[in-house]
Amino acid sequence: MSSYPAILAILRKDVRTEVRTRQMISSMFVFAVLVLLVFNFTLFLDEIRAIELGPGILWVAFVFAATLGLNRSFAIEGENRCLSGLMMAPAPRSSIYFGKLLSNILFMTVMEIFVLPLFVVFFNLSIWELLSPSELATFFLVLLLGTVGYAAVGTILAAVAANTTMREVLLPVLLFPVSVPIVIGAAESTRLLFDVDPLSSPWIWIRVLLVFAVVFLFVSWLTFEYVIEE
Amino acid sequence: MNLNPVPPAFAARRLTKRFGRSSALKEIDFELEAGRCHVLFGRNGAGKSTLLLIAATLLRPSSGEIFYGGDRYETLGDEVRRRIGLVSHQSFLYPDLTVVENLQFYARLYGSSSGEEEALLWADLELRRHSPVRSLSRGMLQRLAVARALLHRPTLLLLDEPYTGLDVVSSERLSTRLSDIKGETAILLTTHDVDRGVALADRISILEGGRIAFDATGATASEVRRLLLEIREIAK
Repeated sequence: MSSYPAILAILRKDVRTEVRTRQMISSMFVFAVLVLLVFNFTLFLDEIRAIELGPGILWVAFVFAATLGLNRSFAIEGENRCLSGLMMAPAPRSSIYFGKLLSNILFMTVMEIFVLPLFVVFFNLSIWELLSPSELATFFLVLLLGTVGYAAVGTILAAVAANTTMREVLLPVLLFPVSVPIVIGAAESTRLLFDVDPLSSPWIWIRVLLVFAVVFLFVSWLTFEYVIEE
Repeated sequence: MNLNPVPPAFAARRLTKRFGRSSALKEIDFELEAGRCHVLFGRNGAGKSTLLLIAATLLRPSSGEIFYGGDRYETLGDEVRRRIGLVSHQSFLYPDLTVVENLQFYARLYGSSSGEEEALLWADLELRRHSPVRSLSRGMLQRLAVARALLHRPTLLLLDEPYTGLDVVSSERLSTRLSDIKGETAILLTTHDVDRGVALADRISILEGGRIAFDATGATASEVRRLLLEIREIAK
């Protein structure tokens, strides 16, 4: 059997569970907003400093919030050992990874859609005025690559952590060091996009983001089967 | 000369499974004939569940070979899991989804879009079809777990102590269902319920310390009880 029915079934199941419980997106959203609030009230940034520091703060909010969601992503497979049920499917076991990856990307994107306008308001950074239409498109590309890259490595590490008794602690400990290139690449390319200097170009960092996202996806695809076996 | 042209539904040759320094299975040879019911007895920790999990492809053997329908597992690929249904100690059901949503999900996972109604009917859960699984009693959950395992009509059904948590009526219903599908489906069942196990079995084995201590056809419940007691005494 091809992987697609299993991938779509897992995505659909995760979306249905989230619509019913609203646990993942709501906790990610609240946490991201809290991070933005804390930085906003402690740093008192003027417009120039907001352009310099804002992108880093935005990505800190995104990755901290996403980590909460990634933890939950495999926790629901642990209840009643549903992961074993998924492993019994007549499809490559990497399809479990891709199903969970797609649902994680979807939930992170929804969180980012709600958090981004609040970032604009809190830091008084009007992205629509600051960026030209082509830069705006590049900004959305950075958001996409950062989200995919972080979800790619986060999904497999969430599966690793899910098999341990200290899941909530272990995931950030494993994930933050490994995802450093993604976070730096995303924050730097966003900062260079926001920069008013016409000579600044984000593309070198966007290439870094792309390379790491592809590498994490490839390595995860190869190793996932061994990760989830006991 | 081979008198039985139908290859076994599941077979293991010199199968060993180690967890660290301890061995759960020690070079066992095992065969489950197609369409027959093979019941495993033995104490807790004898290796019954490990054998079932290896047969379900959820555990990798440390050494030895396993075969499905006469073909080596390595040559069959992921598609072999379509033949297998597993009822484990855990239900594999999502607590936040309803009864029917769980069945629909597993049907989709196996690339099928039917069978849920029949499964609901058998599990006697039609009236609870829209109830979250979290709200079901232990017995209902177990019936639904069995229905889930049979949803894709497996030819090899593995059941790990399926009578646990079932009341008398539900246990009878399960035994009847297993008797009905026997012939089309090979059944490998572990249980501590000697009477029900012997009533269903075409063949029984007793596992002790990761080895098959006894293997026979036609044993009675009293013989099995006596053997279990003797094996326990020897093991002491």
